[in-house]
Amino acid sequence: MTGEAVNEQRTTSDGDDLHPRLRTFEGRAAATAAHGKDPVNVPMIRHWCEAMGDTHPAYTGPDAVAPPTMLQAWTMGGLSGHDAGSGRSGAYDELFALLDGAGFTSVVATDCEQEYLRPLRPGDEITFDAVIESVSPRKTTKLGTGHFVTTRMDVRTGGELAGTHRFRILKYAPAARAKPPAADAPRRPRPVINRDNRPFWDAVAEHRLLIQRCTGCGTLRFPWLPGCNACASPGWDTVEASGEGTVFSYVVMHHPPFPAFDPPYAVALVELAEGVRMISNITGVPYDKVHIGMPVRLEFLRADAELELPVFRAEGA
Amino acid sequence: MTRPTGPDPTPAGPPRLRPGDTLAPLEVPVTRTLIVAGAVASRDYQDVHHDAELARAKGSPDIFMNILTTNGLVGRYVTDRLGPAAVLRKVAIRLGAPNHPGDTMVLTGTVESVSGPTVEIRVTGTNRLGRHVTGTVVADTAVADTAVADVAPADPAPAEEAPAAPDPQESPA
Repeated sequence: MTGEAVNEQRTTSDGDDLHPRLRTFEGRAAATAAHGKDPVNVPMIRHWCEAMGDTHPAYTGPDAVAPPTMLQAWTMGGLSGHDAGSGRSGAYDELFALLDGAGFTSVVATDCEQEYLRPLRPGDEITFDAVIESVSPRKTTKLGTGHFVTTRMDVRTGGELAGTHRFRILKYAPAARAKPPAADAPRRPRPVINRDNRPFWDAVAEHRLLIQRCTGCGTLRFPWLPGCNACASPGWDTVEASGEGTVFSYVVMHHPPFPAFDPPYAVALVELAEGVRMISNITGVPYDKVHIGMPVRLEFLRADAELELPVFRAEGA
Repeated sequence: MTRPTGPDPTPAGPPRLRPGDTLAPLEVPVTRTLIVAGAVASRDYQDVHHDAELARAKGSPDIFMNILTTNGLVGRYVTDRLGPAAVLRKVAIRLGAPNHPGDTMVLTGTVESVSGPTVEIRVTGTNRLGRHVTGTVVADTAVADTAVADVAPADPAPAEEAPAAPDPQESPA
């Protein structure tokens, strides 16, 4: 890694279908009247000063104040995380889950802007409110591709504003350079995404499996097509699959080998509870344990940073 | 930069801070211990700040310093240099190249502006990979004429003006 690993970046808006959904989190509370786990206290101040090598006289003695730069430390969840009911809202977790689900599993902080309005002293109890200010479009940095998330926090003690804290992180999919052999590892074929099937792949990105339904005659169809095979109507809407299914048929692939696959493996025709059938992989059992009638359940397999696929796990596996 | 080039108006007293004055640099050896101690003191248990194996799995060659530690070091640097009466009002930092174990970060600072007791300092921390941190610190000194031991007056005729640092957010990857 050389140079500005994080803050050199470019926007890669191609296929950034996630951003509109991410933006819906802007303005939502990340924490409301949340409580710091510990009151401001001398031992934590001392440990901080020891780590930083900070010998400022204001941070020791009977009239000690906390180093102002500790502001965020008083709000941290620590090793055990934030307690349920601690005032942290679900929005931040939801946003992170959405980003994790899209493969942006790593996090690195990039910016911190703090203003200190009154000193914090041992004994001060901390409360804080935080709001998600913005979520950037997809950006590519040397660390990988991801989205910047900016939050703003007000930190109070005794109802009085002690400081403000704006924090920006990059939630990203690590660049393949971490594993040199994997950099040129063969990847699975890409699905062809077009106007006829884009909503299907958008839903997969949200971990939902959508079945097309003809609005003319109500017939379900899969895979996605521009018109109905039963009545020829071009009108359609969707039904979300429950995820339950059974193996209707299968083959075991031995030859020829394809670079991204590791034969032998089973390719199954899964009949969904809704009645349509789809071709997919079976996970959770070896290829020779797959059998017709086997109950399976939908899950999503991340094949690589850009590709996630609906697959089926053997029930109970 | 315009400033009087005549003799200091209070030659007997302590030097006054002026825009362009530079703070004595601070060398921070970036040890594994500092990274871990800083992470734990700031209650940050993200694995990338203490577990090299997991850091590598996430695309980093080793553990790296967390932003709270960098923030604390920048604050310390400024109050170290401005003296015991200095109080931090704002610290705004942006991270670039990571601080990995075995590196050395050199913090430097330049006075941007002075308004009564309030000074604004531009701080940069560089390591062997490049700029680890750039930021601005606003601090109050007790009085406008604070004695500051570790500040060098601005060179009235700098031989070479450092080029303005480009905004890293705008640079292509």
